[in-house]
Amino acid sequence: MMRILVMLMCLMPLLGYAGEAKDLAADPLLEKRMIGLADKLRCLVCQNESLASSHAELAEDLRREVREQMKTGKTDQEIIDYLVARYGDFVLYDPPMKSYTLLLWFGPFALLLGGGGVLVYQLRKRRQTIPETTLSAEAQQRAAALLNQDKDNQA
Amino acid sequence: MMRFILPFVIFIILAVFLFRGLSLDPREVPSPLVGKPAPVFNLPQLHAPAKRFSPQEMKGKVWLLNVWASWCVSCVQEHPILVELAQQNIVPIYGLDYKDKSADALAWLNNKGNPYVLTVSDADGRIGIDYGVYGVPETYVIDKQGVIQYKQIGPVTPQNLQEKILPLVAELEKK
Repeated sequence: MMRILVMLMCLMPLLGYAGEAKDLAADPLLEKRMIGLADKLRCLVCQNESLASSHAELAEDLRREVREQMKTGKTDQEIIDYLVARYGDFVLYDPPMKSYTLLLWFGPFALLLGGGGVLVYQLRKRRQTIPETTLSAEAQQRAAALLNQDKDNQA
Repeated sequence: MMRFILPFVIFIILAVFLFRGLSLDPREVPSPLVGKPAPVFNLPQLHAPAKRFSPQEMKGKVWLLNVWASWCVSCVQEHPILVELAQQNIVPIYGLDYKDKSADALAWLNNKGNPYVLTVSDADGRIGIDYGVYGVPETYVIDKQGVIQYKQIGPVTPQNLQEKILPLVAELEKK
C-alpha cells in the first residue's frame, strides 16, 4: 500500500510542468501561427526573451495585437512591418541586411579572412627563416644511431 | 619590435570597445518614430472622461507628451522634476496615463501634484504600442508640425532636461 502511494507521489511532478506563457484563445490554429511568429520577435522589456515566451505585460499586449491583426487577415510580413515601424529593427531576432548592419553580417567573415591571412603570412615567413641544411654523412650516422638507441630503449 | 606592438594595438582597440560598452545602456532602443509624425489618437481625458483629446489640437505648439502610470516606480522619481518644469511655464506637458486605473491615477496626481495640462487615459495600452512604449516613463518632444523630435526612455533627469530637452524645445520654438 505504502509502496503504491510513494510511486503515485513520484508521478506528482508530471502534473506541474512549465510551459510557454500562453494566452488562451478560441482558435488553436491561429494561436499556433501567432506563437510561431512571436517566436521570431524579441520582447522589448526583457530583451533576451522572445515575444512568445515572455510574461511581461507588454509582451502579452503585443501578442494580443498580433492575434487580432491575424484575425483581420493580415499577413505575417504586414504584422512584422507594423511592429518594426513602432519598435524598430530591434524587435527582430533575425536582423535585416542594411548599410549599418553590414559589419554585423560580414564582420565575422572579415575577421576570419584577416586571421587566415596572418596565419598564412606567418607560416610562409617561418619557412623562409629556417635554412635548409644538408647533413654530412657523419652527422647522418650519428642521428641514425641516436634514433635507434631510442628505439632500443623503448623495446 | 613588431611582435610587441601588434598585440598592444589589438589590446588598445579591444579596451576602447569594452570601455565604450560600459557607458552604453542596452535598454535604450533607438526609436524609429523620431523624425516621424506623432501617431494620432483620440482618448478620453483622465479628469473629465466625457471630453477627449487628440494631438492634432497641438498643431503650432511645441509640447511634451509624458507617458506615465500610477504603478510605475521610476515615475515617482521623475515626477518632482516635471512638476517643477510645469511651474516654469516653458513648455506644456501632456500626460498619457498608460494601462492604469483612473481612480489610482487621480489619487496619485492628487498626492504628488499635477504637472500636466491634461492627461489622457490609455487604459488598454493600444496607443502606447503606437508610440512604441516599452518602459514607462517615456517622454516625447513634439514640434509645431506634430513631428516627434526626441524620445526620452526612462525618467527625465535634471541633467538630460538641461542638456537635451530644454535646448531642443528652445530651438524648436524658434522655427
